[in-house]
Amino acid sequence: MKLFVSTDSSSLSIGAQAVIDSLSDAARRRNIPVDLVRTGSRGLFWLEPMIEYEHQGQRLAFGPVTPVEVPNILDALVTGNRQHPLNLGPVEELFKTQGQQRVNFRRCGEIAPTSWSDYLATGGSRGLLRALQIGPAAVIETVTRSGLRGRGGAGFPTGVKWRTTWHAAGATKYIVGNADEGDSGTFADRMLMEGDPLSLIEGMVIAGFAVGAEQGYIYLRSEYPHAQQTLQAAIDVAYTNALLGNNILASGQHFDLQIRIGAGAYICGEETALLESLEGKRGTVRYKPPLPAVHGVFGKPTVVNNVITLATVPAILAEGAEAYAAIGHDTSRGTLTVQLCGNIRHPGLYELPFGCTLGHVVESLGGGSASGRPIRAVQVGGPLGAYFPTTLFDTPLDYEAFAERSGMIGHGGIVVFDDTVDMAEQARLAMGFCALESCGKCTPCRIGAVRGVEVIERILTGCSSERERNLLLLRDLCQTMLDGSLCALGGLTPYPVLSALNHFPEDFARVAERPAS
Amino acid sequence: MSESQVLSLAIEEICTQHHGQVSPLLPILHDVQSRCGYIADEAVQIIAARLNLTRAEVGGVVSFYTDFKTQPAAGRVIKICRAEACQANGGRQVWEAAWAAAEGTVEIEAVYCLGNCACGPSAQIDGQTLGRLDQQQIVSLVNALAKGDDL
Repeated sequence: MKLFVSTDSSSLSIGAQAVIDSLSDAARRRNIPVDLVRTGSRGLFWLEPMIEYEHQGQRLAFGPVTPVEVPNILDALVTGNRQHPLNLGPVEELFKTQGQQRVNFRRCGEIAPTSWSDYLATGGSRGLLRALQIGPAAVIETVTRSGLRGRGGAGFPTGVKWRTTWHAAGATKYIVGNADEGDSGTFADRMLMEGDPLSLIEGMVIAGFAVGAEQGYIYLRSEYPHAQQTLQAAIDVAYTNALLGNNILASGQHFDLQIRIGAGAYICGEETALLESLEGKRGTVRYKPPLPAVHGVFGKPTVVNNVITLATVPAILAEGAEAYAAIGHDTSRGTLTVQLCGNIRHPGLYELPFGCTLGHVVESLGGGSASGRPIRAVQVGGPLGAYFPTTLFDTPLDYEAFAERSGMIGHGGIVVFDDTVDMAEQARLAMGFCALESCGKCTPCRIGAVRGVEVIERILTGCSSERERNLLLLRDLCQTMLDGSLCALGGLTPYPVLSALNHFPEDFARVAERPAS
Repeated sequence: MSESQVLSLAIEEICTQHHGQVSPLLPILHDVQSRCGYIADEAVQIIAARLNLTRAEVGGVVSFYTDFKTQPAAGRVIKICRAEACQANGGRQVWEAAWAAAEGTVEIEAVYCLGNCACGPSAQIDGQTLGRLDQQQIVSLVNALAKGDDL
């Protein structure tokens, strides 16, 4: 009997290993041979740990499974009477009901992450073969036409970035996969690296072929040791099967790939700080221009793309630019991997076409708050993203629509808070985080964030006669950071602060009873 | 051999393992941190000499990154997430409970996101992520670490 259990780090963190142990034990007692496949996660975390099985070409699931329930589930599977309270039915049906359209995550949870045969059986390497067939210019043209934009947060058109590096002079060029997924509320990169790492590798090989680079680096954050193991195993598999090396898929093309581990600095998710870190230096931000596409790591033209961006490329090449561009909304084409978490009943990863509303995601898919209390605020786009009140739930998931409302989609993280949240405290947290993680290169960020914490504390603890003055000062400081910071850390920290101030001013007025801390 | 000679040899050996690698400083520092638990001044000197860098350059990198420590930890290390997604689910209470229980016997480190946001509040011990923690669970984890128990 072939069974599938997710062993991504999140599933393991909530007891997947105990489920596996119980499963092995129950199978042995019953003398049932079980072929257990360890997969990545489907991203339906309120249903994890899940046990999946195949039936008539479909994958069906039980979940959330506790070790105690495992023997009953095994009996249900053996007898064929699958009436069981934890039976979820076909996984594809769940996705369909949720409106998910899985492009990036189509293999995640489906296959053994580092199995070459599973990868090939699910369309792996087709994108690269197509790329090798049509040549670099047509690859870049296809990626441009697909409308793919950087999924790391900035949303820059990927094809344009690649073209710049392609045209840049120099024989040595690099591809860098940005796997420094530091934003709170985001875990899509991690899930992909733990569930379908070969698609990331294939995407990087295609990028290398397109721009003329033969060396790639994946800059992975040190908080993801489990992803590092899976990714390293996948790189080894890729070398064994000529997805990497000096004769890629017998084409004569050459591409090498290495993992580099970060060291706990949030700023290294910023592409120029990442490049400094890759060079073995302090992760301080560089001035732009020159762009990394022209003058990147070791001074050479470098494509820096987010994990999800790179992993999307094989599908675009395999299915065609039009198929990808047909999904989505306006200038935001394709799918967005929404990561829904915080105080929410159904937390998880939802790969959705751009264009559905924030309210739909939080209320219909998320099922409201986990605590059962009313939702008060959601932060979209990581710790530098704006807090939106429920009155903005009609905002469609779309880069421009969020920008118009002084927010950003970022990497697609949505963190939900119920009505117990203190928004002034969240504003202070944002400034404090910026002060902690600032690389120190530019003054608005390095000094501004420290002053920001102080001003917010004065607003919260000082006498009310000075509050108006301090609020004005805080807004002025935010404007300076917005206008004068070198990168997104200082430049976007005002987003959560100002949105808290604008949408939840009452939290900055409840002062007298608040103790100083 | 004295303790410092053993340390020197270990660091020399790590440097040798990374010989020929492109920009080896961070990988070397990671290895030293994991082997020794911290990066001592002597280690900085040796690494600087081996990589033909100044001590200031190596020291600057050590001080920039939170993963690199210049002193040994007080005890075993538990990393607890203090970022927004965990806080929305009671992360602040988990953090406070951990500090109250630790009393200096266990090193508590703040991290800003372990990528386990859909299963928070989260912590990490020896590279293993733990999810859906409450105050009671974190206290027993801290107590187990303080006693030196395996998890």
